[in-house]
Amino acid sequence: MKLFVGEGNPHSVKVLAVLELTGVKCDVQLVNNEERVVPYLTRPVLPVLLLPSGQHLFSPNTICQYLFDVSGRKATDATNQWMEWEITDLQPAVLQALHMMALQGKRSEAAAVMKEPLSHLEQNLRKSSTQFLTSDAITIADIVLWAALYPILSDSSFEAGDLRFVRGWFDGVDVQSACQTAAQKVLHGKSSEALKTFLQKHPATQTQRRDCPTNTSAAEAEDTERVMSELEIEEAAQMWSTGLKYSHAVPQRNHPILPQEGRRNVLVTSALPYVNNVPHLGNIIGCVLSADVFARYGRLRGWNLLYVCGTDEYGTATENKAREEGLTPREICDKYYAIHASIYKWFQIDFDFFGRTTTDRQTEIAQDIFWRLHERGFLLEETVEQLRCESCQRFLADRFVEGVCPHCCYPEARGDQCDKCGRLINAVDLRNPQCKVCKQTPVIRSSKHLFLDLPKLEGELEKWLDQSMGAGDWTTNARQITRSWLRDGLKPRCITRDLKWGTPVPHPDYKEKVFYVWFDAPIGYLSITANYTDQWEKWWKNPQQVELYNFMAKDNVPFHSVVFPCSLLGAQDNYTIVNNLIATEYLNYEDTKFSKSRGVGVFGDMAKDTGIPSDVWRFYLLYVRPEAQDSAFSWSDMALKNNSELLNNLGNFINRAAMFVTKFFEGRVPEMLLNDDDKRLIAMVSWELKQYIQLLDKVRIRDALKCILNISRHGNQYIQLNEPWKKIKGGDMDKQRASTVTGVSVNVACLLSALLEPYMPTVSQTIRTQLQAPPNCTGAMIQGAGTFICTLPAGHRIGTVSPLFQKLENEQIEGFRKQFGGQQTQIPSTASADTKLCAGVELNSTVNVKADPERARRLAEQVTEQADKVRALKAQKAEKSVIGEEVAKLLELKKQLALAEGKNQEPSNHKAKKK
Amino acid sequence: MALRELSSLEKCLGLKKPNKYSTQGERKVPVLQNNNGAVLVGLVTIASHLVHEAKKTELLGNSAEERALVQQWLEYRIARVDNCPKDELKVILKELNHYLEDKVYIAGNVFTLADILMYYGIHHIVVELAIQEKERYLNVTRWFDHIQHYPGVRHNLPPVVVLRNRVYPSGHH
Repeated sequence: MKLFVGEGNPHSVKVLAVLELTGVKCDVQLVNNEERVVPYLTRPVLPVLLLPSGQHLFSPNTICQYLFDVSGRKATDATNQWMEWEITDLQPAVLQALHMMALQGKRSEAAAVMKEPLSHLEQNLRKSSTQFLTSDAITIADIVLWAALYPILSDSSFEAGDLRFVRGWFDGVDVQSACQTAAQKVLHGKSSEALKTFLQKHPATQTQRRDCPTNTSAAEAEDTERVMSELEIEEAAQMWSTGLKYSHAVPQRNHPILPQEGRRNVLVTSALPYVNNVPHLGNIIGCVLSADVFARYGRLRGWNLLYVCGTDEYGTATENKAREEGLTPREICDKYYAIHASIYKWFQIDFDFFGRTTTDRQTEIAQDIFWRLHERGFLLEETVEQLRCESCQRFLADRFVEGVCPHCCYPEARGDQCDKCGRLINAVDLRNPQCKVCKQTPVIRSSKHLFLDLPKLEGELEKWLDQSMGAGDWTTNARQITRSWLRDGLKPRCITRDLKWGTPVPHPDYKEKVFYVWFDAPIGYLSITANYTDQWEKWWKNPQQVELYNFMAKDNVPFHSVVFPCSLLGAQDNYTIVNNLIATEYLNYEDTKFSKSRGVGVFGDMAKDTGIPSDVWRFYLLYVRPEAQDSAFSWSDMALKNNSELLNNLGNFINRAAMFVTKFFEGRVPEMLLNDDDKRLIAMVSWELKQYIQLLDKVRIRDALKCILNISRHGNQYIQLNEPWKKIKGGDMDKQRASTVTGVSVNVACLLSALLEPYMPTVSQTIRTQLQAPPNCTGAMIQGAGTFICTLPAGHRIGTVSPLFQKLENEQIEGFRKQFGGQQTQIPSTASADTKLCAGVELNSTVNVKADPERARRLAEQVTEQADKVRALKAQKAEKSVIGEEVAKLLELKKQLALAEGKNQEPSNHKAKKK
Repeated sequence: MALRELSSLEKCLGLKKPNKYSTQGERKVPVLQNNNGAVLVGLVTIASHLVHEAKKTELLGNSAEERALVQQWLEYRIARVDNCPKDELKVILKELNHYLEDKVYIAGNVFTLADILMYYGIHHIVVELAIQEKERYLNVTRWFDHIQHYPGVRHNLPPVVVLRNRVYPSGHH
């Protein structure tokens, strides 16, 4: 049993006090208040009690009740009633009052809020004949209410009025040593002061208790309430004025990058994309893009960082794809490797090295690890029965056998499952099995396989995980998935396969076999690094100096947290094992799944064809990065975010600031004489900068992006309030204001260019060129905890200013939505009915033509062009007949496109006809 | 609302003699006037009391753990589901859906008071859901359908139609 509590979290006081009082044995772990311990709750909630069965108790009162229950004390109607009152009446009032006291300094208002619940309590205690709430002995109700009231009543400045009975009762509970210990542990005896951080995350506006929203989605509104202290403002203004003194140039990257003594050596990997498919946006945000932002950020921070990735190329899927396309597996890999590499290049993924797994180094390293595991007795041998097709000369993967279902006699059951009755099948149990490729009857052969003895490595793994999770950053889902694997107990896992396309097993008894991909693929990180530098072991056999970050989507977690670490631990060769595991949730497409087969979604190679810049794609994907929960890509939302955040907020601010310098001050940054307003803005911006760094250090990529947008939002408000364009025409005082506001603003713009680098590298560079920013400014501001300094001093000359972003029009977006919306394969009858509606459609459109991606790409371009033409004609109010002709052409192109994409006629055609 | 719920609960528990209830305060918190003059306040408190009265304490859970789970979700009901702001509904459905993924009943494998009161509390929300949304919160729907067909539970609430076949392609991983 394990209890998770949070620092400064008032609900934790309750449960700790009850734990002390009942003496129930239980581990207590202090965790960050932001941590999501309970997987199914949307927001982080503490305290949480993890029961031996794996169930979570997340309600503080229930945890207390449970602890009382197991120590043999039962609840009564009377205690129940007080506990319910505490939840529905007392807690909301307490939360509201604490906000007023600790954050807003409104003590009298706080007293007013507490008046009703406190007098209810007073009256009940006055009438009661018992020493405590419900009896002469202390009960659960006393502890729960005491703990709820503790932060308020232990604050001597709280004016409670005359509460003789409440005071008497409270002091009676308060002297209990269990209560004293608990309060000390969580709040360090400082009551409302210690609660500040907790309260900032828990708004009191709703009639709810602990788990009020932490504003995950509405970060925009969160910061406006922040009140800066005089001291903070003064400090920030002073830091700003020191200017760029020291050289903080970001060190040049010299390949090969190797770990260095005395520097922070960070090794970043992103999950290796599987070679036989074009990655979709969900794949891109899940691994390579997230890792890229972090790697770019790390380089700006001056870490000695290496980012490697590559394509995962071995396995059945590749063999199948090769058969489909009539190529060899090698040719397939070469073809798709090039596609992957070019997509990532377009997305500006700045790998230090992008390799592949089908190399000699892979064979060498995988076989070495294999032998070491073998010598140390971590491999088991077992015989497995399998179907083998004699005419194809190979063992058949489950998906390659068809036969009669042994349960329902459905004639086309697959080797793993029957489509009719849905039951799972062992391929060897199929009646009349057939090889799907040659239709011959396969025979049952037993085949020996090797298994990695995970149960034997479990103890060592757990030791490693405790250490790694304790010290490093593991996303909550990564912790959760790993824990659940361990909880269910590890089983031996087969590491060999009867295939040809793979790393050969070097053992003489297994000559015909290769390694199973899950064993082989993660070794790719090592071999890819080895292809980058011969000194790869300095990264991979150096856990003392190297910090390893693995990026992936959540489905990949067990392989990186359990299986691969076991291979490395068992090999006993001082390997570098994951210290930080960053897993995203899933990105959906317009609320459905991305699906290659149905043509639904945006795939890496198509993003470019939209004409939307790579930076904007990066921005939106990172903006909706599925950080703590699944999220969805939506076209209209993308347009909205582009137009509201990039164009109207960020772009607008930077452009205005720079334009003022150009227009009013002949391109030179004017003199700045800071008054209180300016200093407050500088302090706000500094605070956001510090947040940005704290968040990115913890790989909270999406949250840190919000800080950037907050800064430009503050900047826009600042300009709006001070109206430099008016003041420039005023008297001397006004002119001076215009000059200061412009100078400060353009410096904020310069800071933004630095913060944008990891997210939108091209835009960042464009801003710096426009501002002629000194090259070392980025490094200087992103060092340490982050300092906002005046990097463009008075007199600095800026370059030519131009707008950074373009509006995304509704029509354009609707077009994309249709183009990428895909369609489920329609049954032929409806398809032909559809096509009858459109005149002049070629006959073959009723038939599903095989997809031709190359032709589709060309046609998509033509469709876009033609659509632009039609739009232009309409805008010019051209003659109807002319427009009609062009529209007809457009429809024809669209139809061909649909065919080339292997889809049936789009229903949008009848809509177009009705116009 | 809460009073109708309590009278449904009484019938569901097989209590012959109906109790007298009133409400107090703005939020109309139910109050039970006992024969011997004692007063009980609060939905969960009264409901638990009724279960004891009907001698069906298994509905409160058979082990300490089950009792805790029942208690927890009763609290969730009054703290989160009741008076839930509109934009919070989806969060609740999502959480419940996730939680119910591997469970038959709220406390696991046994039917408890938590199922009854959660059903009453969530009924007005589920009634409003479109088919597509019901499919999105598949586990909630499955559980809900199960409870509304549980003998004696539904009572005067209108049944909610749940389709057995999916109409829309899966919207989730």
